[in-house]
Amino acid sequence: MEEREVVVIGAGPAGLSAALEAARAGAHVLLVDENSKPGGQLFKQIHKFFGSHEHRAGVRGIDIGTQLLEEAERLDIEVWLDAEACGIFNTTDVWIVRNKEKSVTVRAKRIILATGAVENSVNFPGWSLPGVMGAGAAQTMINLHRVLPGQKILMVGSGNVGIIVSYQLLQAGADVKAVVEAAPRLGGYGVHTAKVRRAGVPFYTSHTVLEARGTDHVESATIVQLDDKWKPIPGTEKELDVDTICIAAGLTPLVELAFAAGCEPLYSPLLGGMVPWHDRSMATSIPTIYLAGDISGVEEASTAMEEGRMAGLSAAYSLGYVDRETYAVGFDAAEKRMLALRSGMFGQKRRDAKAAIVGHSRG
Amino acid sequence: MIMMETKDTYEKGLKITGAPSLDELHASPCYQLPPKERRALAAVIECIEGIPCNPCETSCPVGAITVGDEITNLPVVDFEKCTGCGICVAACPGLAIYLKKYEFKENLSYIAFPFEYLPLPPEGATVQMVDRYGEYVCDGTVLRVVKIKRMDRTTVVHVSYPNDYYERVVNMKRLPAS
Amino acid sequence: MQRIIDHPVLGPLPEVKMVRIIVDGESLMAREGEMIAAALIATGKKYFRKTVKTHEPRGIYCGIGRCTDCVMTVNGIPNVRTCVTPVEEGMVIETQMGYGVWKQEQ
Repeated sequence: MEEREVVVIGAGPAGLSAALEAARAGAHVLLVDENSKPGGQLFKQIHKFFGSHEHRAGVRGIDIGTQLLEEAERLDIEVWLDAEACGIFNTTDVWIVRNKEKSVTVRAKRIILATGAVENSVNFPGWSLPGVMGAGAAQTMINLHRVLPGQKILMVGSGNVGIIVSYQLLQAGADVKAVVEAAPRLGGYGVHTAKVRRAGVPFYTSHTVLEARGTDHVESATIVQLDDKWKPIPGTEKELDVDTICIAAGLTPLVELAFAAGCEPLYSPLLGGMVPWHDRSMATSIPTIYLAGDISGVEEASTAMEEGRMAGLSAAYSLGYVDRETYAVGFDAAEKRMLALRSGMFGQKRRDAKAAIVGHSRG
Repeated sequence: MIMMETKDTYEKGLKITGAPSLDELHASPCYQLPPKERRALAAVIECIEGIPCNPCETSCPVGAITVGDEITNLPVVDFEKCTGCGICVAACPGLAIYLKKYEFKENLSYIAFPFEYLPLPPEGATVQMVDRYGEYVCDGTVLRVVKIKRMDRTTVVHVSYPNDYYERVVNMKRLPAS
Repeated sequence: MQRIIDHPVLGPLPEVKMVRIIVDGESLMAREGEMIAAALIATGKKYFRKTVKTHEPRGIYCGIGRCTDCVMTVNGIPNVRTCVTPVEEGMVIETQMGYGVWKQEQ
């Protein structure tokens, strides 16, 4: 059996930040990711991030990803790619399958789970037709793989993901025919909706997709207005000439490893559903296992990076790599940056939901 | 009749149409249209929701934009200090800032707005100017197309357009693929 | 269903070596290292497999290897997630019917 001090699972923004912080403190870190390239979903975030200077605001996600990878290289962090973490046993042993060929168990003093989240789907007749896909999937295709999955897009959902991907589809040369939002008000930042609207894309609030039609692929979609009980209003159907329907209906934390390991679950609907309970330091109910990023509640890449730093620092501190005072200073600074991102009319609800998890008394 | 309906819809505002209505903008301390008598370009910000973000403030070389300690405060431009340099236009992650000047020459106003689409218009081209809803308003003439490294792949397009649409115009229509 | 040749943020599509792949018997070119799904979308392929019972078409859904909707038979191995499997020179890719059939040589 191999042994490492800290094993970080998932090399997205949260996992990378956690690995960097733990390594900077002096811990020997192994970062594993099932993909052939590190960075998680950062390399499809081609827009400039919000926040302030210390959050790297104004820098595009792709460039933040490159910076993090360069730093990981400088710190000589051990990275295993094409490495799937399949289970955690006895609170310390991570079972990893490398290159789909070789089973390895790594005994870790601390494990940081940064597995991310997966997009939700919405069910409607025709939803399984090719051409119906997650908004994030379309974003992956256009920004990472440089192929347009379609020319005429219907976006379902107006949260930041739906709006940002709509904008990026326009940038990639597609025509976004409409954005529908089931709620009576649009969800995402107004600055995002404004740039998509001034590009001529219509928004339909209190509307949803009723049906997708097509033989081997989406050929058209019907949208419909919803009443105040979210029921379709007959006679308000509109047919749209689209070949692609993107679903931006939120994400669900990828919690399987945590729960299989025995981490205590908690339900947080606002943060995406079942999440592992964790304390302020990002430790779960199993003291050797920490969390960072969307697995601990779905937010955004900038919050994931701060949470990663908090988790990495906490894990290193618990191993004795930093003294109490250094830890307190570093942790408080990261937490303060984090709370700044969870402020205002958009952030406050997430701040409250996070506080409810941390404040939840166990047993 | 159609016009009436359209206008009605527009007044429902940012969370319905996706674009801020003029009423919403006028009610927000963030939005200030540069007075017609002002001689230089000035930054106009349409960021009325209090999102956690402040590169507009930190990018301004003369301290003309204030957000403050709480990064969810609304940004406010001080026209006394603003030189119209345009650094904030490309620094704003939300693409919510443009520069404007009323009547920079006979009957023509001036706008410099962020533009992240291809193809870019050539200087001297006639382009279709749009309002906050993407509706065609009037033609404009491209004066400059600024694409420099510091702006990190956000191009700023400078256009002149008729004074009559000074407030209504905010950007241009995307050009068909070449 | 086309490649994005130029992009306002990402710039021109970088030149890479092209590799030959065989899709349902047809020889096609793909960009070295790209995911099978991307290569097939670029060629305009509408669906990647058909379901077991009702023979309905399926394509990509999540694009990051989670949902398994985009699986195909690749080099004789069924149920390969095409959105996270890169193309290789000479790769044989087949639209999968139902669960697919193992054809891998021993």
